[in-house]
Amino acid sequence: MLDRLRRAPLHLTLLVICLIWTVPVLGLFVSSFRPAYDISTTGWWRAGDSLQRLSLANYIRVLQSNGLAEALGHSLLIAVPAVAAMVMVGSVAAFALARLHLPGGRLVLVLVIALLAIPVQMTLVPVLRLYNATGLTGTFLGIWLVHLGFGLPFAIYLLRTFFAGLPEELFEAAALDGASTLRTFLRVALPVSGPALASVAIFQFIWVWNDLLIALIFLGGDADVAPITVAVSNLVSASTGQGWQLLTAAAFVAMAVPMVIFFALQRYFVRGLLAGSGK
Amino acid sequence: MRIIAAVAFVAGVGAGLLGWLWLAERITGRLPLRWRRRLLGPLWLAPAAVMMGIYLLWPLVNTVVLSLRDRTSTSWRGLENYAFLARDEQVHAALANNLFWLVLLTGGCLAVGLLVATLADRVRYEALAKAAVVAPTAIPFVAGAVIWRFMYQYQPPGLPQIGTLNAAWTSTTGQDPLAFLVDERTNNAALIGVGIWMTTGFATIILSAALKSVPAELREAAIVDGANSRQTFRYVILPQLRPAIIVTATLLAISAFKAFDIVYVMTNGNFATDVLANLMYRQLFLNQDYGRASAIAVLLAVAAIPVLIVNARNARRREV
Repeated sequence: MLDRLRRAPLHLTLLVICLIWTVPVLGLFVSSFRPAYDISTTGWWRAGDSLQRLSLANYIRVLQSNGLAEALGHSLLIAVPAVAAMVMVGSVAAFALARLHLPGGRLVLVLVIALLAIPVQMTLVPVLRLYNATGLTGTFLGIWLVHLGFGLPFAIYLLRTFFAGLPEELFEAAALDGASTLRTFLRVALPVSGPALASVAIFQFIWVWNDLLIALIFLGGDADVAPITVAVSNLVSASTGQGWQLLTAAAFVAMAVPMVIFFALQRYFVRGLLAGSGK
Repeated sequence: MRIIAAVAFVAGVGAGLLGWLWLAERITGRLPLRWRRRLLGPLWLAPAAVMMGIYLLWPLVNTVVLSLRDRTSTSWRGLENYAFLARDEQVHAALANNLFWLVLLTGGCLAVGLLVATLADRVRYEALAKAAVVAPTAIPFVAGAVIWRFMYQYQPPGLPQIGTLNAAWTSTTGQDPLAFLVDERTNNAALIGVGIWMTTGFATIILSAALKSVPAELREAAIVDGANSRQTFRYVILPQLRPAIIVTATLLAISAFKAFDIVYVMTNGNFATDVLANLMYRQLFLNQDYGRASAIAVLLAVAAIPVLIVNARNARRREV
């Protein structure tokens, strides 16, 4: 009993922290089902007073007339090819760094880590000028390549650690069979790398999905190409305190995909974060 | 049409890579073994190296060059853009705000992350508690900004408060509501609070993993020696966590310099909340001044250097 009492502050502290981290999301979630009048006159915690007024109307409105359905499509269209390319190019380079004879390989690795730490702003102006000159600004090809280039250091860093940790015997057997390097990579290394590839892909997908700055700079705010983050931020700047009912629903649409991925694949997401931390 | 382009892009990258590697194999296959081993590695690295060269290395050098040229990059201007940074009040204010972000975001995330990691370690609902804190790291900053604009929502006194914080504040203290995002005494802290809310999960994951790897014998030995739980934490566990704390602090500090989305969406830099990244964005698009935008980027990178040096020193110490 005494022991329980002594542990009460511990549980209380954790409970308070968890509340601070969940209540804001809960408030927004509840509000996204309330009509405009209710949101602007009473707090979300009073939603229980008029349950029959809750509806999906806000979601239908933002998806249809505010073009968020289209923006969702654009986000997928940006993230999926960019991440696929990142994983492919990254795994080949990581394999070279971890398993092939590479003069100056250590130096390359240090450079990759240094590039991980450089603020992305440092690279934006020259790439934008290059894009303006080549007509890649505002195109999906342009943004796929930008994300590929910017995301490579992380993919290479994480996958190199993984390939380097694979047991030597795995590769000795392949070498004895006289398998080519390409064959060893495709038939020996890749099949056992599922979890590592998955954590790179998930982490990068969430990163690309959540990006606002790169999309604003290289795609612009045009509704024809804008991903969900740009669409929501346009909606915020357009609303001057009014239109909360649309913002709440829009924010939820924007976070639905990364949230589902997070809760379904939490293990891989955590592994990606740990790798990024240099563990 | 776009979906076809997307499929073509992925297939193109995949086929291009395979073709390149196959070609590398064929070419080096005819060479003596010693040469084959020497060439194959660089050839495998080449595709990624080219991409990183175009999108990271070359721009890095080029940004420094552009920062020495005029707004349209047509003629040399020496250090004029830097002189502008040195005297412009907006830049000073933004730099001060970035430093505030650096201290508060890093400190806040580390403190809460450490607290959650250690406390959750002692309860049965550990996974649940950590998931609650980690989940916001997966959502877009834009969505987080909307969530917190709603939390900070202000209505003039007399009207019902619909923002959670002001409702709690006015009903418990009976005082006037606070305009969190407009009042210059609170607004920067309010923005950084959103950053802490969205980034603490990251610190929690790393510190929690480090905590689990502290050998159980160490803790047991401390308890046998008569240390209470606070002493055990202070003198046994905390020193073991040191490397993880430094790595986390470095990454948090770097992300504090990159702060953009939250400010852009919540205040757009108004009411003295500007940070360097937003200033750079405006120089780039509203002012169309590539020289000044590049100079700000260089300033951002230079500001991150001390953080990197501290970290590199620590890494070397760990290796020795």
